[in-house]
Amino acid sequence: MKSTAHAFVENAREAVADRRLHKALSNMKAGFQNKRAATVAKLPEFEALRDQGRDIKNHVLANLDLYLERFERRVTQAGGQVHWARTAAEAREIVEGICRDAGAKTVTKGKSMVAEEIALNDHLEANGFTPIETDLGEYIIQLRGELPSHIIAPAIHLNKEDVEETFRKEHTHLPADRRFDDVPDFTNEARMVLRQKFQTADVGITGANYLIAETGSTVIVTNEGNGDLTQILPKTHIVVASIEKVVPTLEDATAILRLLARSATGQEFSAYTTFSTGPRRPGDLDGPEAFHVVLLDNGRSALLGTPAQEVLRCIRCGACMNHCPVYAAVGGHAYGWVVPGPIGAALDPGLIGVEEAHHLPNASTFCGRCESVCPMRIPLPKIMHHWRTQAFEKKLSSPSFRLGLKTWAWVAKRPGLYAVGSRLAIGLLAALGGRRGRFATLPLARGWTDHRDMPAPEGKTFRQAWADRRKHEAA
Amino acid sequence: MARSARDQILGAIRASHKRGPLDGDAAEPARVRLETHPRGLIPARSRIAPAEQVALFVEMAQAVAATVDRVDTLADVPDSVADFLAGHNLPAAIKVAPDPDLRRIPWAKRPVLEVAAGKAEDPDIVSVTGAVAGVAETGTLMLASGPDSPTTLNFLPDNHIVVLRTTRIVGPYEDAWDRLRARGDLPRTVNLITGPSRTGDIEQVIQLGAHGPRRLHIVLVDRDDAA
Ligand code: SF4
Repeated sequence: MKSTAHAFVENAREAVADRRLHKALSNMKAGFQNKRAATVAKLPEFEALRDQGRDIKNHVLANLDLYLERFERRVTQAGGQVHWARTAAEAREIVEGICRDAGAKTVTKGKSMVAEEIALNDHLEANGFTPIETDLGEYIIQLRGELPSHIIAPAIHLNKEDVEETFRKEHTHLPADRRFDDVPDFTNEARMVLRQKFQTADVGITGANYLIAETGSTVIVTNEGNGDLTQILPKTHIVVASIEKVVPTLEDATAILRLLARSATGQEFSAYTTFSTGPRRPGDLDGPEAFHVVLLDNGRSALLGTPAQEVLRCIRCGACMNHCPVYAAVGGHAYGWVVPGPIGAALDPGLIGVEEAHHLPNASTFCGRCESVCPMRIPLPKIMHHWRTQAFEKKLSSPSFRLGLKTWAWVAKRPGLYAVGSRLAIGLLAALGGRRGRFATLPLARGWTDHRDMPAPEGKTFRQAWADRRKHEAA
Repeated sequence: MARSARDQILGAIRASHKRGPLDGDAAEPARVRLETHPRGLIPARSRIAPAEQVALFVEMAQAVAATVDRVDTLADVPDSVADFLAGHNLPAAIKVAPDPDLRRIPWAKRPVLEVAAGKAEDPDIVSVTGAVAGVAETGTLMLASGPDSPTTLNFLPDNHIVVLRTTRIVGPYEDAWDRLRARGDLPRTVNLITGPSRTGDIEQVIQLGAHGPRRLHIVLVDRDDAA
């Protein structure tokens, strides 16, 4: 995907002025935060499971080559084929080749962030194939020619009215006087339209939440069941996955699954977790006849052994963005690349370069909520700081940013002053954020500070600021 | 000759870790893990006696909008299925997985019921399948593909009925994996199914029946003998 991360400051400025966007994003607290909190509270072992998840992934990253080789061997034994892609371009070409060999016309797709990363749809279209997104949110934004704005809720930036407009414009074969009164009207229409596509697709492409070295299985987690129809109906199933998705065993996948749905949507478990191993077996009445896995590196191997390695533990649950005040203010599109929010700020500079993405790690109010909810205990603020330092050293940041950082370092060494300063800064954010319209100056992008360099602001201060912001909004 | 993408990626991983390929002692922890697939932390919730497992399974499945009926033997299944169909105004026609266990169900008890076996096809509205296990921890069903259990039955029809013996209910997922491993190599598709299909993609309102079944009905069979 082509990045506009370099334009974050401008993007964000527009986003904070966008009322429709804010209306859509206002569902996030009830939709994600409260549900997560309630479900986590029901599992006393949750914190211990987080430690375990972190340890499993650390072990995987230390032994990544061994597990990938073992995964490949098992896929081959099961009758499937593994393809290795160093770059997005290589991955696109591999997928295109498989589609061509399969004589494909229509290609259905389950939601895949890696497919977004490699801009697969554009490439397939340019080569004469018709890719069709089947996840409801992805389908809607594909019709609108937009990009996902959230890793698990791609259309979170839209309201019902937006979707109605899109469906009326695109589904012209349906009666013009049909009504869209409530959510089921949309879901039913999409279900009906996509059913036909599922039946006629020649190739189905899904991502993978995990790859299992023990068995050579790929795993997808969905609620809609679209990823399943995508892979069992066409003759060919292609999985695109990045290399860090591998885990050793079914038990390890299970251990992390206990964290995923709870962190993502606040469900105990997602509706469908599907383990796919090779093509259909002799005697099977359905399932794909060919099974391909495309393993993508695209900059990940270079992150190993660096301070940013820990981002590779990410299971793309979205909890960090669901709890991020900056994300809530600007939405996902402002970040300008596939992965937005705190994980985007920590990951994107590693994948698309500090030069392109150096604004993103500044998109932080240093509140630390992302790290506090991350099921894999990724120290997101620390990694953002790592990228900020790199950008600083490369002199990528603006003079005012550099001055701000220096001033902050000076203040930070003086705890008394710091306490006053942080209250001031957070108060400023609250006031600016609350002014209807826009941040007069965008403090986030100036990145006056980094909370790792100094005592973290107390939660109370932050909540206080947030309450103020709310008050301003209500006023 | 240029090194393959595969070798370059593996080489890059090793270079980042400042080491060569893992072998001998260095590879031991990973090898042991793959070999013994040790269990991690299992929540206390699912470490309970079998009778409690059934109760928890029912509670958790209902909490995710599945419906559950509990019958004595396989002979009671036709009535239970017919009641479900009538209760939802569904046509009296089912597509049943060609599972030997399900063949023992005396469907003829309900002569009006049209029973066909095979994979799901477009007009099928109701499917009936078995399951490898029911996982009490989250009310999750484990289904495995095979000549006896085509996966399309789990996703295409609007209504999915699962007939499950209570002896197949386990506490945690790990026990279900052990049961599956005991049957041999992993089948092509293993589905962990927790409630009917749903989406929250429009304004975060949860809506059932996105692409998969709108309803999931579980018939629990308590005794192991068909009448
Ligand atoms: S960084 Fe953590 S919280 Fe954010 S998506 Fe990844 S795993 Fe989830």
